[in-house]
Formats: sequence, structure tokens, C-alpha cells
Amino acid sequence: MPAAPTPGSRLRLTALLAPPLLWLTLAYLGSLAILLLSAFWATDSFTSDVVHTWNTDNFHELLTTPVYRTIALRTLSIAVAVTVIDALLALPMAFVMARIAGRRWRRPLLVAVLTPLWAGYLVKAYAWRVMLGEDGVVGAALAPFGLHGPGYGTTAVIVVLAYLWLPYMILPVYAALERLPERMLEASADLGAGAWRTLRSVVLPAVRPAVLAGSVFTFSLSLGDYLTVQIVGGKTQLLGNVIAAQVTLDLPMAAALSAVPVVLIVCYLAAVRRAGALDSL
Amino acid sequence: MRVSRTARVILGCVTAAGLAIVYVPLLLVLLNSFNADRSFGWPPSGLTGRWWRAALHSDGAREALLTSLKAGLAATAIALVLGTLAAYAVHRHRFFGRRTVSFLLVLPIALPGIVSGIALNAAFRTVLDPIGVGFGLFTVVVGHATFCVVIVFNNIGARLRRIAPSLAEASADLGARSWQTFRYVTFPAMRSALFAGGLLAFALSFDEIVVTTFTAGPGTRTLPIWIYENLARPHQAPVVNVVAALLIVVSVVPVYIAQRLSSDPAGGRL
Repeated sequence: MPAAPTPGSRLRLTALLAPPLLWLTLAYLGSLAILLLSAFWATDSFTSDVVHTWNTDNFHELLTTPVYRTIALRTLSIAVAVTVIDALLALPMAFVMARIAGRRWRRPLLVAVLTPLWAGYLVKAYAWRVMLGEDGVVGAALAPFGLHGPGYGTTAVIVVLAYLWLPYMILPVYAALERLPERMLEASADLGAGAWRTLRSVVLPAVRPAVLAGSVFTFSLSLGDYLTVQIVGGKTQLLGNVIAAQVTLDLPMAAALSAVPVVLIVCYLAAVRRAGALDSL
Repeated sequence: MRVSRTARVILGCVTAAGLAIVYVPLLLVLLNSFNADRSFGWPPSGLTGRWWRAALHSDGAREALLTSLKAGLAATAIALVLGTLAAYAVHRHRFFGRRTVSFLLVLPIALPGIVSGIALNAAFRTVLDPIGVGFGLFTVVVGHATFCVVIVFNNIGARLRRIAPSLAEASADLGARSWQTFRYVTFPAMRSALFAGGLLAFALSFDEIVVTTFTAGPGTRTLPIWIYENLARPHQAPVVNVVAALLIVVSVVPVYIAQRLSSDPAGGRL
């Protein structure tokens, strides 16, 4: 950080800051403001045109209609389930990558985990659609055991979302485990702790912020998702696709509905921030 | 930490299983692009190169690819300029509201794509429509650029935190003008971060579908939109599958380049 500002540096700062802030305000914050405003407008039920009369009916409807509550709760539980599954998978995988595999294997393993991130969201969701389909691989693999695949539905949504966001969880956990000093583990062993005790009292507390950081991705990405639901969700309705369905019919209602994931995410970010996880993002 | 042999074996198996789960769907897409069965029944009834030939001649796919490339390049160019400026301001200057600015800049990525998408949609309809600018490639580029800026901002910011400001000061002490310092000291130190950020931004734009859905007009199709539109059409399924397979193969390229370029094994940050 440089020393006290001089008139010259102030001029330069303005020149640096003006274009990106102008862009951010005009293109993004302005749009969000328009969206928020339109949540307080109404829709003509015949023409689907937005009527500019100020009211809070949309929020009233949102809070009193049981369907919306059910959908919000369902979305929330799916996001939590996805986060828990990813954490349970990422912890052992990241531990092997950072602590058990030899040095030469670390980088290849990390690349192997990261490469699928580039393969594209839609391609991966699509791959699962084919696998879970009627003649798909999942069904064929389970048939010998007398089982059926989950088909398209809530289970499929959880599986595919957990699959899509897994690298986002592995990455921070791996980084935290790799940073953990060997001395700490040795000290724990010297004090007589077995592997389990060390894991519980030393390793887990050290990776907790990283797990929380990863959960920011898995949680908020799942909350806002609507395409996976459309691709493998069958008839399942989540917040995302209810919003998407309302956009053309009733923009004010869609705007009010989209406040739900935003509020949930902001609350989650605030909670995670208190736990000190945002620094390890 | 001493991990017992049994624990090692178990953990190794979990990791292998995890990696297998990660790769099986992708390999299946590759395999299915040669599957003679139109509906990808398992096991494949035979192998064929027919779908690859059909995909090569699919005008829709080719046009969509071109649109995606254009949108990605334009959004990345805007993001490189604006993201670098913002990163410089936030990491090399002290000013009132610095933390707020860096928080606001990250918003487009923190909020769900659907919220950003319908917000942009509403704004374009209210502001651009009346002045005669319709939905199309331009609105897609604007939408993509908003979140691409964040990627460049994060990458350049992370690099600036590691370059000591004393380097630039030393350059000034040696008599270099501002632009000379930038040209010979700062820029060379930032080059790989610019490249990694640009690459990530491009990849994100290339893959984006939610914001695109709400900012593209009816005639503008990026590759993800084309895939999505054709996903449910049975007669198009094999061609869609070939395009998906192609995207998986191509995705190895940026990973390889990023690996070659940077010591950061993640090849950039999200």
C-alpha cells in the first residue's frame, strides 16, 4: 500500500476507478435496482404487461402462499444436501491428494480434479441425463442387483448438482490441508494422540474454514440453479425454475421471488464471514 | 501423521472411486458419440462415425460456435480492460469505500445467474428497447462482461498482492516515467496473470447459459443455448452428443496452457 495520496495519485485513482465503477453501476447495479423496484409493481392479468403502481402484494403473496414456502424449503434442503455430500467426498479426496500421495502425484491429481471444470456445465448435466435415462448406464449397472436407477427427479438433481460442484469444494480443502505444517501433526503424535485423535483435534479444525469457503460455492450455486432441474429433475420444481417460468408471465412476481435466494445467500455469506471463511476463498 | 496401512488403502479407494465418478460421465459422452444406437441404449449396439460427419455439417452448431467465440472474445476484451483498472485502483491505492468497491465488484459472481439474468433482462427492456437497441449479440456481450470483469479483477488482484510496490518505486527512483515503469516493470510481472484471467473469463463466457438465455434475443444462439435447445429433440440427440464430446476434448487445451504458464496449480482463481 503506497503512502499518503498526492494530488497526482488522486487524479490517477479517479482515472483508474471511473470506467469499471461506471460500468458496474450502469450495467449491473442499475439492473438490480430496476429488478428490485419492479418487485413492487403489479401485472395486468390479461395482457401480462407491467403496471407501474406501487404495492407490496407480490411479497404478501410470496409469504402467504404455501406452494412458494414448500418450494423454498425444498430448494434449501437440496442445497444443504448437496453441500454435505460434497464435503464428505472432498475431505478424504483432498486428504489423499495433499497428505498421502507422494509429491510427484500431487499436481497430476489436482489437474485431474480440475479438468472437468472446463468441460462445461451443460455437457456434464447432459451426460447425466443420458446416464439416468431409460436405457442408460445407471439402470444397466443396477439391474443385476435387482435395483432400478433413480430416474429423473429430486434424487437425480442432488446427484448431478453434487457432481457439478465437487471441484469447488475439493480445491479450498486441498489448499488448506497442504498448508497444514507437518510439525503440528508430529507434535500431536508426540503428545500421544493416535491418528483418529489427530484427525479430530488438529486436522478437522484446521480445514473447517476451507470447508465453509467451499460450501459458499456449493450452497449458493445450488440455490440459484434451474437448468439441472429442467434437465434431470423430471417434475421437480425449485426456486430457480419457478422464477424462470414467471419472468415472461409476471415479471414483478419473478422479481419478488428472486429476492428469496438473494436473501438466503446474503445471510449465508454473513454467517460464513463471521466464521472467518471468506479469507480462504 | 502416521496413517495406518488399512486407512491408506481405504482412503486411496475412496479417492479412486471419486475420480472414477468424475470421469465416467465424460468418457461415456465420448463413447456415445460413436454409439450406433440413436437413443444411446446401453450397451452400444455398434460403433459408427456417422454422427461426427453429421455434426461437421450441422449449420446450426457451426453458427452457434461462431456466436459463442465472438461473444467470448468481446466480453473478455472488456473484462481485461475494466478488471485490470479496478484491480489497480483497489490494490495500489487507499481510498474511502475501498472495501465496498471490492465487495460490489464480486457481486455479479456471488448472486445466482438467474437473478443477474432477469435483472439484466428487465434493465435492457426498460432502457435499451426505447432507444431502439434490441436483444442480440450486444446484450449478450454486456451480460457476459459483467461477470468476466470479476474473474480478471480477482486474478490481477491476487498477482498485485504478490508484486512488491517497491519494484515500481525503484523503477521511478531510477528515473523511469510512469508509462516506462508500466511497460518494463509492472506489465511483464502481470502478463501471465492477465493471460490466466483472460483464459478463465473466456471459458466462463463460453460455458455460460443462464445469463445468456435472458440477454440473447430470439435469433442469437451461443453454443450452450444451441445444445440446450436441441437436448430434448430425439433426432438431434446424436449431433448434440458429438458437440458435447468435442467440448470435452477441447477443454483439455486451456488446462494444459494454464499449467504450462503458471506455478499456481489451479491455473488461476475463480
